[in-house]
Amino acid sequence: MTIEEREKEIVEEFSMLSDWMDRYSLLIELGNDLTDFEEEHRSNQNLIEGCQSKVWLYAWEKDGLIYFMADSDAIIVKGIVALLIRVLNGRTPDEILEAPLAFVDAIGLKEHLSPTRSNGLVAMIKQMRMYALAYKTKLAR
Amino acid sequence: MNFPIDEIRKDFPILSRPVNGRPLVYFDNGATAQTPRQVVEAMDRVYYEYNSNIHRGIHTLSNLSTEAFEAAREKVRDFINAAESRQIIFTRGTTEAINLVAHSFGAAFMQPGDALVVSEMEHHSNIVPWQLLAERMQLELKVLPVLDNGELDLAALPALLDERTRLLAITHISNVLGTINPVKDIVALAHSKGVKVLIDGAQAIHHTKVDVAALDCDFYVFSGHKMYGPTGTGVLYGKVELLEAMPPWQGGGEMIQQVRFSGSTYNELPYKFEAGTPDYVGVVGLGAAVDYLQQLGMAEIAAYEKELFAYAVERLEGLGDLIFYGRAAQRGSLLSFLPEGIHPFDTGTLLDKMGIAVRTGHHCAQPLMDRFGIPGTVRASFGLYNTKSEVDALAEGLLKVRQLFA
Ligand SMILES: Cc1ncc(COP(=O)(O)O)c(C=O)c1O
Repeated sequence: MTIEEREKEIVEEFSMLSDWMDRYSLLIELGNDLTDFEEEHRSNQNLIEGCQSKVWLYAWEKDGLIYFMADSDAIIVKGIVALLIRVLNGRTPDEILEAPLAFVDAIGLKEHLSPTRSNGLVAMIKQMRMYALAYKTKLAR
Repeated sequence: MNFPIDEIRKDFPILSRPVNGRPLVYFDNGATAQTPRQVVEAMDRVYYEYNSNIHRGIHTLSNLSTEAFEAAREKVRDFINAAESRQIIFTRGTTEAINLVAHSFGAAFMQPGDALVVSEMEHHSNIVPWQLLAERMQLELKVLPVLDNGELDLAALPALLDERTRLLAITHISNVLGTINPVKDIVALAHSKGVKVLIDGAQAIHHTKVDVAALDCDFYVFSGHKMYGPTGTGVLYGKVELLEAMPPWQGGGEMIQQVRFSGSTYNELPYKFEAGTPDYVGVVGLGAAVDYLQQLGMAEIAAYEKELFAYAVERLEGLGDLIFYGRAAQRGSLLSFLPEGIHPFDTGTLLDKMGIAVRTGHHCAQPLMDRFGIPGTVRASFGLYNTKSEVDALAEGLLKVRQLFA
């Protein structure tokens, strides 16, 4: 599935839920299901500190594709993190760098990506793209 | 009780706006209180009818503007029962007032090796200016601890007020725990040891009658925007002999008597500390906020809020799954809590969806969060226009949050 297809898939999943309570319920569920973060990566180096919540992000490269592992102490943030990973995992650096990530807006969660929210998400996306850029440079060598 | 809450709420147009499709329930008063019509209209009148710089011109508008500005100073003086209006210095807020004292008191009265005391429950505004001063002048910054119940560890205070200590800076009411500190007794103790006291009244001035003469404090500071006045205004009250001895902080117009390149002489109090064109429009608004509070009556406001607070305690404690922070014998005006197992950010986000505005996070009091070993709390802080049915809405909102996590 391409990034666009994945984003579309998520938008469709959320569009079936008309009530905000149901949408947040799903986010909480997604957050709760994100359990694969390996404790050895919970280091300060991988910590993105928002004023309100924390995000841990770890990335690695395999066969030219980038993979992410992340966690947050706030479940709603973690739910959004899970969506971002679903979209960006196993992509090439260029795909990650060019991903529109318009789905966040389309499913009514744009407010969470506003810099003033200070929940670590904006910084996390930036960090994901930084990883992509770093691996791109490395792979080009 | 003579507290016409329905009429009062009409004075605050913002309270009738919806948020996220629900009626707004505003419980973030500790951060900023809403502004009544009377205050906004007073500022409108300045702009529409007599806007002009103060203390400058001989023309009619400038005189009107100056009179209104100085009338506001007199209102504030009366409000806190200061002896003289020159003891009232207008600032941009609590933070600026504390920075002013940190700079000028430090310069006048402190030597390297001296000490300052703050408490563990202070807002960053009442910590960082002292840290900066301590670094600049090689002072020791000592900390008065907080007990598990959210009260100050007053037993530890006498030892901190040793012969090197010059100043104790302490909050009147905690912005996180709601603890009402026994500031009068604290001032008396400090004075008996020759230590001056600054009281951060940011969370107190609009909840309780503040009488600086009775408190006998050396400095008392507060912000306009938390007392239903405009943002960008604040007050430093100080004792005359201290203010007289303190050098100016900022230089500019208004604060000088004569300027020569060989040296300048400074204006008298309070102008010495009011460099540049002040927010004279805001100050007139602040005066109108004082009028508003005086008309309702601080005793009436306190009584109304006390009942509301008791109701909120009963209602939220009744939910059974909240962990409360701050259980001081004397407390009020706000509740800080954590729903068990739910992050404050999640709680705040979901309450916001229901139109309920609370504050989440560390509330600019990170040392206090560290003290309790938590990342933050959810804080519901009450104002004079809040109602029991709004408390009910919060309680129901918290139940819904719980359901979403079930
Ligand atoms: C106890 C206390 N002190 C100081 C401040 C800072 O006030 P301001 O930001 O208006 O200067 C606040 C505001 O949050 C406060 O609650």
